[in-house]
Amino acid sequence: MSTFLGMPATPPRAPYGTGNLRGERKFPRAAHDELLNEQLRRNLGRATGTIRAKRIGVTGELPDWEQLRDAGSAIKTDTMNRLPELLEQLEAKVTERGGTVHWARDGVEANAIVTRLVKATGSSDVIKVKSMATQEIGLNEHLEAEGITPYETDLAELIVQLADDKPSHILVPAIHRNRDEIRQIFLDEIPGVDPDLDNVPAHLAAAARTYLRQKFMTARVAVSGANFGIAETGTLSVVESEGNGRMCLTLPDTLITVMGIEKVLPRYQDLEVFLQLLPRSSTGERMNPYTSMWTGVTPGDGPQEFHLVLLDNGRTAALADRIGREALNCIRCSACLNVCPVYERAGGHAYGSTYPGPIGAVLTPQLAGMHAAKDDPNSSLPYASSLCGACFDACPVKIDIPSLLVELRHQHTEQAGTTAEKLAMKAAAGVMKSPRIYTAAQKAASLSRSVGVGGRDRVISRLPAPFDGWSDSRDTPAPPKQSFRAWLASAEGAATLREASAEGAARRAADDHQEEQ
Amino acid sequence: MRTTARDTVLGRIRDALALAPVPAAEIPRAYRTGRTLPDGERLALLTDRLLDYKAEVHPCTADRTAEVIAAVLEERGARSVGVPPGLDEEWLTAYTGRVQRDCADIPPPSLGDLDGVVTASAVTCAETGTIFLDGSPDQGRRALSLVPDLHVCVVDLSSVEPGVPEAVARLVPERPTTLISGPSATSDIELERVEGVHGPRTLAVVIRTDV
Repeated sequence: MSTFLGMPATPPRAPYGTGNLRGERKFPRAAHDELLNEQLRRNLGRATGTIRAKRIGVTGELPDWEQLRDAGSAIKTDTMNRLPELLEQLEAKVTERGGTVHWARDGVEANAIVTRLVKATGSSDVIKVKSMATQEIGLNEHLEAEGITPYETDLAELIVQLADDKPSHILVPAIHRNRDEIRQIFLDEIPGVDPDLDNVPAHLAAAARTYLRQKFMTARVAVSGANFGIAETGTLSVVESEGNGRMCLTLPDTLITVMGIEKVLPRYQDLEVFLQLLPRSSTGERMNPYTSMWTGVTPGDGPQEFHLVLLDNGRTAALADRIGREALNCIRCSACLNVCPVYERAGGHAYGSTYPGPIGAVLTPQLAGMHAAKDDPNSSLPYASSLCGACFDACPVKIDIPSLLVELRHQHTEQAGTTAEKLAMKAAAGVMKSPRIYTAAQKAASLSRSVGVGGRDRVISRLPAPFDGWSDSRDTPAPPKQSFRAWLASAEGAATLREASAEGAARRAADDHQEEQ
Repeated sequence: MRTTARDTVLGRIRDALALAPVPAAEIPRAYRTGRTLPDGERLALLTDRLLDYKAEVHPCTADRTAEVIAAVLEERGARSVGVPPGLDEEWLTAYTGRVQRDCADIPPPSLGDLDGVVTASAVTCAETGTIFLDGSPDQGRRALSLVPDLHVCVVDLSSVEPGVPEAVARLVPERPTTLISGPSATSDIELERVEGVHGPRTLAVVIRTDV
């Protein structure tokens, strides 16, 4: 509509209160609790360390790795610039090959489309391939509310689903669970499971195989995401390891694929770049075990009904930000999570979003906004970083995540307007201009010690309003007993100063003596 | 008139691009393409990668194809195998078990009753150990090479390319294409790799070195 007027309008974010793009608490609060979970930190430390080493090994063996990154980055930038024509081309090609393309303004609309399509088949359940997009829009929750049972078929997603848990990593969503916990989840939740099941990963995987095989063989509808959609040919692609993807993409009668609009690639040839960048960055393998590529419907092979749902859900809002749109280049490899010192300790749940880690800290606020409510938890995400830059180095499409974080911090500060924190800073500036008032303020601060501000470690983790904005993302040292100025003016200070002055004079005299010689 | 979601989304994209225009980017394709490697090096590289994925590798000459396939199947105790409709009949002449020639009437779940499947392949990438199946008559529909627990895949050395770009260039995009790099695997439990989840738990690759 807006284009009719010739005045571009800023596209909307993902609707507030829908999907899984916002946690209940700000990052520091959530991280604080997660950090107390030693099991989680052990699991995460081991896992991220292992993947890091593998990734370095397989990216280092390619002499043209940097050239591949350059190409990947440029292809993505080019894609975003030509998004309307590429999506129209993709739509035309998929349609030409017997598929049906649907467009969804947001997650609510995508959920409704998928539900309608599933109901039209008469099926009351669907099998699912691990998909970030459907996690983002909360498709499973929506289907359940509509009386349709979704079965996650990726092993980790299955673990998360059976435990009524949330994913904590883009690639390995159950990374926060160890084998004993997984064994117990299977014993509690899988009907007919062998009660003597032990905690050996191969046995646990075999239990999942047996349980899911029957679903694969009987399901009539599958729902997937897509890693790539090729505009030139209409080819969709799913990259996976276990074969659950192949099962879902091949055996049912109907396949419904939900794909973010930014996942389109211009040319089939571009796969030669991304099929090298993605597996090596993601699992640290030269290639993942299975990749499926399909173009519409193939008579006699695979689903005879294919639907592609193209999802916006805040992506166009991100695109309208010259700096922030770079986050749309993400290919969901999760390399940035594995190198991030903050993610490694806090874990994925602290981010409150489907997208955790460094990329999540920039993508989530872009998709869902940071100021949708008072004290929006997403406003804390750009601060969930030490800006060390390891994520930028690891990113296969060279997303400058640290710069995006800084830009979002800037936007947050700007948007925050005249907040209590700003007023407090203004007040502080006034106080600091006047030595007399400053001295009085320092005295007042040190007095606060006696009324019990600050823990035993002399750290204040939460300041009272209006300073709580500051303490949201940092600990504050408790004020000293005495200010420096007060100490200097005291007898002890004067004596120390005299002592230092005498010591300096003696040293100068000795130096002069040496030079003369 | 009610605006469709399609119009709205495309309109939003155009608005976004107008609000935040970014200069067009040249795509630098300085990475390695068009590589060639002598037969021996491609064979060695591919073998190394396949073994790394815990796949079996059986190099042989074309005249021994049937003998090697039979030996692989019998070693695994496979008493029944499925084959795509267009697979060379000669390949199964040494095998004494039951051979089921696939057709569209066979429901995919019943493919699970087979002990294995024998297929040809379209292209292979040596550097990543990746075999590409494209649904040609000698490779069959996707379900056939997926449901049985043992996949014996015949790769001709002439179809083995050094790297990913060379392999992708030989594909026909519109064909349903499956990339296979070793047997199925998961690392979802404490990142410990387990071979064999839903796809075939055993992948045996017969590389014909003179074809």
